[in-house]
Amino acid sequence: MALTTINNSAAIALAASYCKVDVVASYPITPSTPITHELDKLYVNGGFPKFIPVEAEFSAISSLLGASAAGARTFSATCGQGLMLMHEALFSTAGLRLPVVMAVANRAISSPLNIWNDEQDSMCQRDSGWIQLYCKNGQEAVDTVIQAFKIAEKAMLPAMVCLDGFYLTHSVGQVDIPDRDKVAAFLPPYKNPCVLDPQNPLTVGAYAVPADYQDFREDLSADLEASARTIEEVGKEFGKAFGREYGLVEYHNCKDADRVIVTLGSVYNTIELVADALRAKGEKVGVAHLRSFRPFPAADLRANLGGKHVLVVERDISPGAVPPVYAELSEALAGTGSTVSVAAGLLGGREAKRQAFESLFERMKQGKVKGWFCSKEKKL
Amino acid sequence: MKFAVSKPGTTVAVKTGEWRSQKPVVDLSKCIKCATCQNYCPEGCMGTPGQAPDIDYDYCKGCGLCSQECPVKCIRMEQEIKQVGKPKV
Repeated sequence: MALTTINNSAAIALAASYCKVDVVASYPITPSTPITHELDKLYVNGGFPKFIPVEAEFSAISSLLGASAAGARTFSATCGQGLMLMHEALFSTAGLRLPVVMAVANRAISSPLNIWNDEQDSMCQRDSGWIQLYCKNGQEAVDTVIQAFKIAEKAMLPAMVCLDGFYLTHSVGQVDIPDRDKVAAFLPPYKNPCVLDPQNPLTVGAYAVPADYQDFREDLSADLEASARTIEEVGKEFGKAFGREYGLVEYHNCKDADRVIVTLGSVYNTIELVADALRAKGEKVGVAHLRSFRPFPAADLRANLGGKHVLVVERDISPGAVPPVYAELSEALAGTGSTVSVAAGLLGGREAKRQAFESLFERMKQGKVKGWFCSKEKKL
Repeated sequence: MKFAVSKPGTTVAVKTGEWRSQKPVVDLSKCIKCATCQNYCPEGCMGTPGQAPDIDYDYCKGCGLCSQECPVKCIRMEQEIKQVGKPKV
């Protein structure tokens, strides 16, 4: 292992090129711009064969959809409004079973206009049929990009690698960039079983009549659920090859904990520091990082967190309803005797200090917590 | 794992004439072989221009353009009667 001091976006682009990506189509949008920028730089220096300078994100994902159907390994990076513009084609990519991999630099969505970090952009693409993996630091982002290609191509499903905009995309740190040859050995070549080939013409994305359509959607849903095992297997294989093992959820001091905070993204790091400090004082608290949001690891969470008081800190909302991670975790832990709480907020770059999480752990002692986190109006 | 793909040749395999609810019928005794119907037909299934109309009912969708445009009004649209399943006795 050799640590390099590098910007995380540059490290991600380098990892994608080590994965022998064939086609990249990406449109710059803050805060994913540095990834696109670095990819373009790698391309002009011969890092991979094709970079399509598209005019917008809808073209980016559509180009990759075609390239992937023609048998190319494809990669892109976007965020926020860019991901919103891709919305329609995201569903098509998943329905066509094309393993496109994309880095999403999580950003708030309009309106009001905001370029800072939260997870609303990827959260609202949760029903698109894409695998969604969240990263808590730059190292995880690099490792997850490499694993995402393998997972996506095994499951024949597209995958998003979600990393927090600015906090992760613009920070410089020490990252172990896996060896190029070891990555090549870890990742077998991509073979599309239904490849577009002028010599053997076929229609990709044929329509399905009412008698058949639901069968395809059931199949997609079942395969996305089953990809949880692929994520675990690939995470273990990665551990053997590179020394860092990954799973669906990372549990930190959860076994004997009575109170656990579940979250996703870089905010995990702060909560871990707070939880460790409370542990040192003898409080039985733990933290869990939900690495895989799609597929949602319900069984894994039930087995590890059942019966505990679990609080979700999530940086997204579902206006008019409860936030999505809380809703899904509540369903997963139903009947185990768990109390499920939620603190949703930290939107559009709003930050929380350690004391905010300390008081959350303290509030959990009194029972269920439900409301806005770090709100100016209603204090939790 | 299911892929929504289809092999070429769907035009041959799918008889689009099955969609028809009304069927054009030509009164050949009145037909002047002017080729109007053959030039207007969006499916190109009225036969050779200049000859008497020879409708390919496998692909005629029953749009009625031929009947509408015929200068001598020798094409009438008849209700299509289809048998679905086994006829009731």
